[in-house]
Amino acid sequence: MRRRRVAAVLGMLALLGAGLRPAADAAGPALPSDDAAIVHALSRLEFGARPGDVERVKSLGLATWIERQLEPRWLDDRAAEQVLGALPTLTMSIAQLQKEYPRPPAREKSADPQMAPRVLLDRPPPEKRPIRIVAEMQAARLVRAIESERQLEEVMVDFWFNHFNVHAAKGEVKWYVTAYERDVIRPNALGRFGDLLRGTATHPAMLFYLDNWLSTRPDFTLRFGPNRGKRAGLNENYARELMELHTLGVDGGYMQKDVTEVARAFTGWTIDRPRDAARFVFRPLMHDRGEKTILGTRLPAGGGRDDGERVLSLLLHHPATARFIATKLVRRFVADEPPPALVERVAATFRARDGDVKAMLRTIVASPEFWAPDARRAKIKKPFEYVASAVRAVGGHVDARAGFLLARSAAEMGEGLYGAQPPTGYPDRAEAWVNAGTLLARMNFALALTQRRLPGVTLDLSPLAVDRAAPDATLERLLDALLHGEASAQTRAVLTAQLTNPEIRRQTSDDRGPADTDVEKLAALVIGSPEFQRR
Amino acid sequence: MTNPLLTRRALLKGGACALAAVAAPPRFLARAAVAAEARRRVLVAVFQRGAVDGLSMVVPYGDRDYAAARASIAIRPPRGGDAGAAVDLDGFFGLHPALAPLVPLWESRAFAVVHACGSPDRTRSHFDAQDYMESGTPGVKSTPDGWLARAAGARPTPGSPFRAVALGPTLPRVLRGDAGAISLASLDRFDVRATTEAAVARKGFESLYEQGVQDLLHGTGRETFEAVRMLKSANAVQLAPANNAEYPRSRLGQSLRQIAQLIRADVGLEIAFTDAEGWDTHVGQGAEQGQLAARLRDFSASLAAFTQDLGDRMADVVVLTMSEFGRTVAENGNRGTDHGHATAMLLFGGGVRGGKVYGRWPGLAREQLYEARDLAVTTDFRALFAEVAGRQLAIARPATLFPGWTGVPALGVMS
Repeated sequence: MRRRRVAAVLGMLALLGAGLRPAADAAGPALPSDDAAIVHALSRLEFGARPGDVERVKSLGLATWIERQLEPRWLDDRAAEQVLGALPTLTMSIAQLQKEYPRPPAREKSADPQMAPRVLLDRPPPEKRPIRIVAEMQAARLVRAIESERQLEEVMVDFWFNHFNVHAAKGEVKWYVTAYERDVIRPNALGRFGDLLRGTATHPAMLFYLDNWLSTRPDFTLRFGPNRGKRAGLNENYARELMELHTLGVDGGYMQKDVTEVARAFTGWTIDRPRDAARFVFRPLMHDRGEKTILGTRLPAGGGRDDGERVLSLLLHHPATARFIATKLVRRFVADEPPPALVERVAATFRARDGDVKAMLRTIVASPEFWAPDARRAKIKKPFEYVASAVRAVGGHVDARAGFLLARSAAEMGEGLYGAQPPTGYPDRAEAWVNAGTLLARMNFALALTQRRLPGVTLDLSPLAVDRAAPDATLERLLDALLHGEASAQTRAVLTAQLTNPEIRRQTSDDRGPADTDVEKLAALVIGSPEFQRR
Repeated sequence: MTNPLLTRRALLKGGACALAAVAAPPRFLARAAVAAEARRRVLVAVFQRGAVDGLSMVVPYGDRDYAAARASIAIRPPRGGDAGAAVDLDGFFGLHPALAPLVPLWESRAFAVVHACGSPDRTRSHFDAQDYMESGTPGVKSTPDGWLARAAGARPTPGSPFRAVALGPTLPRVLRGDAGAISLASLDRFDVRATTEAAVARKGFESLYEQGVQDLLHGTGRETFEAVRMLKSANAVQLAPANNAEYPRSRLGQSLRQIAQLIRADVGLEIAFTDAEGWDTHVGQGAEQGQLAARLRDFSASLAAFTQDLGDRMADVVVLTMSEFGRTVAENGNRGTDHGHATAMLLFGGGVRGGKVYGRWPGLAREQLYEARDLAVTTDFRALFAEVAGRQLAIARPATLFPGWTGVPALGVMS
């Protein structure tokens, strides 16, 4: 109770400072407060509305609700945490994970036919194999997206993980990715961009994924390991993606020469004990001590670890970075084609507020572009967003087991979490997600969900079926609950026509009782409808 | 001639705006006729995403600077009895030993190589270079559609819903546009599935997408259900691989297996596309064994199974491989290679004048390299793509598939 009061007070304080004001106050930029606006906000800042959410936000006030979402630590999240308790890997250290989920023994070189069955027997059960780590993370993401009260934080975890993408299936990354998300991405999801940038640059997951841990000065000779005595050298992979994808953007004005120089600056940024506790370490012996020139700035010789730090700082304060991050945020929250004027304002916030994510989100939410009629339902949900929003819309609750299944559903629609191989991550534009195969996968998911074929998902459609004998009323209730009255005339007509379908409106067996409406199938049709694909 | 569906997506890009419905003409009658016209020609494009090292795939062992640039990853020159060495093609180039399953195709002149092929744009960004190769407009990001979509659009209408198909969970840039290309991850899951009355659910969903607004979602929905119906009647899923072909269980193998099913089921396929991933070998690329060799083994086994499966039907099929750029001539500090410029592209099939490596060889001496580090491009990828699409799909002026490009004389890689 007390916690909540504190949250409310903090919310109000933050509100005063932030310039988010309820519509009644004519002084500042006004937030609309009608139901449609609340639905819009819930669809963009959360993974969609649950039954009753619109009323809850209305009684709290939209601005207060937004401020609470921006300060997630004050939101009681014990319900979600309790479900996550069934996923033991989430809280483990890298060293623990390596010990509990060891890599399979290297296959014997001599093809002894007697060996094969024994190797199979020795294989750990599926729940003890390394792949389990990634499966639990996927399940946790779905559980959080559906159950967590800290919805905006979860939206931003998805956003930033994708921005600083690592592919869990690459080599050692699967042992590192838990800590990467837990210790770098989530704590800073609503924090400062610079902390995300530095945190990812020094995390073993990124160092491994983009190969920087192996990059050395050109004349460096390996002193340990299987390649002892061999010469190593420069690897450009991280340097290039750092500029292209993490900071400046591909048109941010850097050249091949800058890529090489940045790579030189990061030589020696590597992983200590990669198969145990795996920590960032700077190894001076691997480092190229020479002078570097990056984007016109000279780094004098002998900078050591500071070279990399200076590059990060240079990129962080480069105007192209502010614009690039602003563009991606506006694309996520407003439209596939980000309105340029809003991008400029969000970029200005980035520069003025030192990359403060909350401040940038406030600029977006306070903008007329965010609330513009043509921004409403303009975004196609990504598969992950679609799955989470569908479960939430029908008031569903999930356990950990359901998390695994739902993650598989999202993968079938093209978005396998932690499974994006290229460093670009997954696209955030409609045309990437709308196609024949995945549309069918979405419809099939809607059917599986409402027909209760997903063990671990509990849902109660009975509040929707006000009166199974009165199909018209049931349909109205469904459209209201799932589409918030935003069904097109076409969708309404098609669904109304369905009501006369004998398979939807079943007669009781003796044909004397009242007709029964197949609310499950009707709900599936609504969730599979064009309107529900949008947010 | 103007099909109202053709302009649908152009009108409504990114669209929340609703236009009045334009009823689609019933096309299934014409479709039946199209489907009956069997043995149509097919172009299969395979994108090696991540930038394949053309110098390891098709090895210029005759270039005296090759081996020196690659102390630990060079492929040894051909030598009788050495299974780990390159397989000789023409006395100068050799195939990576992991591509040995493709040698019979070379010998029967159904396999050609275009080396030092790539983009005139200088980018070394995977994302941008793929974007340019798929839009067909190097250096121009605003091109709304992909070149294979434009190729499909240049074919006579009406087309089958399976005219242009991508195997995979998302529709790639190269097929985005007004051509109504579809993408699917697997043929046998391509239908509405329900515990009871799946047909009712299918009909319901179909009606929801049938009319009303003309946007990306509705358009895709309509095409989807047309395709579902056609696939059911053609029974493509039941076709087992022919000629004892055995596909790898990899994604590429399974994609090619299903493309072969669509070809053999005569559903009107003209353009097929699939990805092959895993070519971004920055670390531990390996030589005759290792990371790249493993990827190439899957690549060649998948392609060999595909040609075996189709048998005589390969006379009507051309497979074209592509990759966004090549890799550095010199190996990097981690026995891998970084992002480079030109690479090698491969062609298989009946219409190919095979048994030859096409393209001018620019050389690997330092002064011959692009920006002093990469294999130079001597064949613009558009020259190759235009020639292949033009011949295989009977497109009269294929240079028009590539806006802003005037075309060059044909390489002669297609008969």
